[in-house]
Amino acid sequence: MREAVARPRPADAASLAAWAIAAQVVDPEIPVLTIEDLGVLRSVKVTDDAVGTHTVAVTLTPTYSGCPAMDAMRDDVLEALTSAGYENVSVRLVLSPAWTTDWMSEIGKNKLREYGIAAPTGHSTVRGSGPAGPIRLAMAVKCPRCSSLNTRELAHFGSTSCKSLYECRDCLEPFDYFKVL
Amino acid sequence: MSNSTVNSDSAEADAPAATPEDAHGHVAVDVTTLDAELIEGPSFATPDVAEYALWLGDDSLILAQQLGAWISRAPELEEDVALGNVALDLIGHARSLLHYAGTASDRTEDDLAYWRTEPDFRSLHLVEQPNGDFAHTIARQFIVAHYLFELYSRLRASADATLAAIAAKAVKEVDYHRDHSTQWVLRLAQGTDESRRRMITAFSDLWPYVEEVFRDDPLIDRLEGIAVRPSSLLPAFDAAIAPVLAEAELEVPCGFVASGGGRTGKHSEHLAFLLAEMQVLTRAHPGASW
Repeated sequence: MREAVARPRPADAASLAAWAIAAQVVDPEIPVLTIEDLGVLRSVKVTDDAVGTHTVAVTLTPTYSGCPAMDAMRDDVLEALTSAGYENVSVRLVLSPAWTTDWMSEIGKNKLREYGIAAPTGHSTVRGSGPAGPIRLAMAVKCPRCSSLNTRELAHFGSTSCKSLYECRDCLEPFDYFKVL
Repeated sequence: MSNSTVNSDSAEADAPAATPEDAHGHVAVDVTTLDAELIEGPSFATPDVAEYALWLGDDSLILAQQLGAWISRAPELEEDVALGNVALDLIGHARSLLHYAGTASDRTEDDLAYWRTEPDFRSLHLVEQPNGDFAHTIARQFIVAHYLFELYSRLRASADATLAAIAAKAVKEVDYHRDHSTQWVLRLAQGTDESRRRMITAFSDLWPYVEEVFRDDPLIDRLEGIAVRPSSLLPAFDAAIAPVLAEAELEVPCGFVASGGGRTGKHSEHLAFLLAEMQVLTRAHPGASW
């Protein structure tokens, strides 16, 4: 169920073929992850007109509102489909439904760990308003190098919008954590 | 670039066409061009909705511009990064909101950010207040983040689908901002005598500007079900900050209330200087791209 929401692959063969091409575009900041792994690729639709021109409409959703990598991903999708021979390619960004780390594929999470970035732990919660209190209960984040759970957060905000900075208290190395959103 | 264009095709109904190849180079302007299959409702704002989107967009834009000034000057490298990230999220919200506001008057987000003058901005006096010392920035951030969290939580249910979509995206990011400023309020208030003194001073300097945040305006009456009534947020805001201030052993400052007026274009003395810095490059080199 979650997988169908995260990766809404088109049903018809023509659109699915275009999806497979767009799905190979990677995140320029984290090049081991494709936009399909991330759940950023939201829809691909191929329509043929009377003279046989393939029109492809692609929609992507941003991970974070201000993520500068979105422009690059959009250009890369356009480039990939154009090079594959599609003539009328349009790429649009949509905000709804809002992206969540829950959409990241298991394959993507494994690739992230191998790359040295801790994958998001647990699921995004729908938090109501009202007093939250200053302290959060957080799951331990596993060090991607030595797998120790003895780690601590150095900073909520890291090298990109989607990451926070951690330190492993056993191997003493700092590492990025792809935080739950 | 190929011949293909990155814009909405006519088959996708009423979405405004974006033109990334225009004078603004690759600065994308169609972030909120919402997919008709994913969301229903008009993609063009009415004049009243556009005005409301300006309120919220200008708050985020001005605050983001302020936070950018901390890069390389925060108390530690991690904090440079944190404030930079918060600013980036706010810029993202501002882009979406200003883009949407611009659909009512055929202006782009850049037109609105760079080519309006002071009386046309709708930002709150709170976000215009100077960065001050780090405690002032944190106090301002604490107030704004808690306000925005309550606002966007409710705006998710707006009858305006575009505003609801922007809010649903923003609320998750603002939640992190809320945590960040809360941790710093606790740390500064419970730190050294000096940090505590500065935190107290910062709250008393900024509190006069809180009243304007929750002030209603005739515009809100016209946007029933679309906008969130600012005064309705106050109980939740008070309830959210009370436990933090209690733990920090800080009192809610009382005293005079500033005049406000940002929503009608009457600004404090600080905004014009901020705009001059923010807009100078675009105005010196109209249409430049990089």
